Amino acid sequence: MAEGLELAGVRIQRNGAALVGLDHHVRPGEVLTVMGPSGVGKSTLLAFVTGTLSSDFSATGEVRLDGVDITHLPPERRRVGILFQDDLLFPHLSVADNLAFGLAPEGSRSARRAKVEAALADIELAGFGPRDPATLSGGQKARVALMRMLLAEPQALLLDEAFSGLDASLRTQMRDLVFGRARRLNLPVLMVTHDADDATAAGGPVVELTGR
Amino acid sequence: MAFAETPAAAPRATLRASRSTLTFVPLLTLAAMLGPICAGLAGTVLPALGWYPAAGTTALDGAPIRALLAWPGLADAARLSLTTGLAATALSLGIVALVFAGWWGTRPFGMLERLLSPLLSVPHAAAAFGLAFLIAPSGWLFRLAAPLIGWDRPPDLLILNDPWGLSLTAGLVAKEVPFLTLMALAALGQSDGRRSLRAAQAMGYGRLTGWLKTVFPRVYAQIRLPVYVVLAYSMSVVDAAVILGPTTPNTLSVQIVRWMGDPDLGQRLVAAAGAVLQLALVAAALALWRGGEHVVALVGRAWILGGDRGRLDRVLRPLGLMAGVLSAAAVLAGLVALVMWSVAGFWSFPDVWPDTVTWRSWSRHGAGLAEAARMTAVVALASTGIALILVLGCLEAEHRSGRRLTRRGLWLLYLPLLVPQIAFLPGLQTLLLTAGADTGLLPVIAAHLVFVLPYVFLSLGDPWRAWDVRHATVAAALGASPRAVLWRVRLPMLLRPVLTATAVGLAVSVGQYLPTLLIGGGRVATLTTEAVALAAGGDRRAIGVYSVAQTAAALLPFALALGIPALAWRNRRGLHG
Repeated sequence: MAEGLELAGVRIQRNGAALVGLDHHVRPGEVLTVMGPSGVGKSTLLAFVTGTLSSDFSATGEVRLDGVDITHLPPERRRVGILFQDDLLFPHLSVADNLAFGLAPEGSRSARRAKVEAALADIELAGFGPRDPATLSGGQKARVALMRMLLAEPQALLLDEAFSGLDASLRTQMRDLVFGRARRLNLPVLMVTHDADDATAAGGPVVELTGR
Repeated sequence: MAFAETPAAAPRATLRASRSTLTFVPLLTLAAMLGPICAGLAGTVLPALGWYPAAGTTALDGAPIRALLAWPGLADAARLSLTTGLAATALSLGIVALVFAGWWGTRPFGMLERLLSPLLSVPHAAAAFGLAFLIAPSGWLFRLAAPLIGWDRPPDLLILNDPWGLSLTAGLVAKEVPFLTLMALAALGQSDGRRSLRAAQAMGYGRLTGWLKTVFPRVYAQIRLPVYVVLAYSMSVVDAAVILGPTTPNTLSVQIVRWMGDPDLGQRLVAAAGAVLQLALVAAALALWRGGEHVVALVGRAWILGGDRGRLDRVLRPLGLMAGVLSAAAVLAGLVALVMWSVAGFWSFPDVWPDTVTWRSWSRHGAGLAEAARMTAVVALASTGIALILVLGCLEAEHRSGRRLTRRGLWLLYLPLLVPQIAFLPGLQTLLLTAGADTGLLPVIAAHLVFVLPYVFLSLGDPWRAWDVRHATVAAALGASPRAVLWRVRLPMLLRPVLTATAVGLAVSVGQYLPTLLIGGGRVATLTTEAVALAAGGDRRAIGVYSVAQTAAALLPFALALGIPALAWRNRRGLHG
């Protein structure tokens, strides 16, 4: 059984015209960087992996996660986490409730609360639970977004220009945090970016998409 | 290469189960909107030709049409429908265009905008009564003028119900200016008007001329359907025409209602023939307007080619602002007049204020008022509740299937607002009678739904689609099902627009006169039907009481729609636009 995230013969078309294709096996703990100019279909590729491809597109090929074909699973059962350029914290929920949203619905209420508290302490935001996410700084929001995704215990992580919205010093910190966590959890990571520094920091293989 | 072929929509294939329950919601919505219209039109055309078993005629000989043609008031009534409708629409659009062209983005514009938006929900009947209380010979304006001119009794002038329909036109303009303003604001949000205007100004164009030449064509293309709605509505309105319109003869739509209410069942055939004529008139006026658009476009293109930088700006800018302020002030002052009359004790001409203020009128009408308010609430809550479920179902189906509303779909959405009520409601009533279905509460709710649905859809559609769907992607990646995404993420985040759409639906239902009157068979008495019924009697205190109650019923939901999200999300800065 092949561990990690496999994209086997993935080809995406828009209105019948070939847009983007990828064959690659991302091993656990490895970061595959997909680079290319905007409009080449990088985000579309990720949408295919998360199962949220818009109906303007059609696709062939398979996505396998730890040997299991997830191509036909609904998004919520794929166990594929994703981080975007924006934190996308739910503005109507407190920081703690945002984190709890990702927790599996098992365990007692107090156990879940304890997990959230521990997670907050883990990202140096102890005591921030009741806060309105809109009152957090950019770096704090990014950390909460990462931790929320990790609490859902994904088997793979996708990064869609995840560091582009941060200023230079914060970007380095967040890269270290995200790549460090992914390596520790042995997650295969698929990152799309237009920033060569992201690829360097990731240290893994790089695929250039040229478009057509 | 042996890659498994994956069907196009494969990733979402497993959603099919949840989608199947949703796919029929758009169909159901269409049926709820168009079913009554089609049935009603059929039920109008057949009697107009002479087929009406309930009255014992199945001749199909066109006798009702001959009877209609024999009515001496027909030519005047038809002319009035055309002139008031076209004048009200042209004036409303002209005022809105001038206000936007001259003042969009300025401080006075912001003030006028804040003044106009709540006026949108003021029911037509209340606005019409308010205007009547201002411009009647014994109204507020003449009381203010009396000491200057030396009147000690109201002048003998026929202002209300004037034979040219001028006061009716004025009442319609005052109500349609807020509507078109809001529509134009929404349209401007989707066009890059600000930069076009700046570019035009940089080339030396005045603000007003620059806006008309560069931004207006785009905005008009977006608000064309709402303008058609205004035209169709203004030509065939009943409640405002009963209050402000001519009486010798009535406007065609009012006369149709008279015929419908005649104890002689045979008159219903004449009413049906009149309804067909009204429909034809509206269709003809819409065609005429469409032709007018081409003429205006031709003239406008020549004007643009001429390169005029804005000779008329200096005259038209203050004129537009004055017209806008005047139309808002008329409705506001009218509302104040309604409130004053509802609490007035003795109030003789030419006193500007009543001698005493008393709750007597309110307590005298208390019981009837409470019953009418209860009925209003039942019909409004039921029709809006159903509309909300259907609209949310449609929008969610659209989201999950990835199919957007097409241009044709938008036309279908506007159809209930373009076909005059008076053209199909009589037929619907006739059908219900023929079918033996008792006219009553449920048919009234269904009839209100026809008009509530499009407004709820139009109000909620844009904010619903503007929601960042990446929130749904993240929630799904966190393990949330489509249902959980809807209930735990999307609806809470969109609480404000959902409540606003609810308030719009309630206000539309509260203001409905004709569906309540005709489909209710006179047995469903709401604040609106009661208020309009008082028009003939001229008891100003009773009219004041009912109109104020009617306005409050329409405004209260908007206050709640503002207040509830502010309270529920008081600690959530990210949800306060």
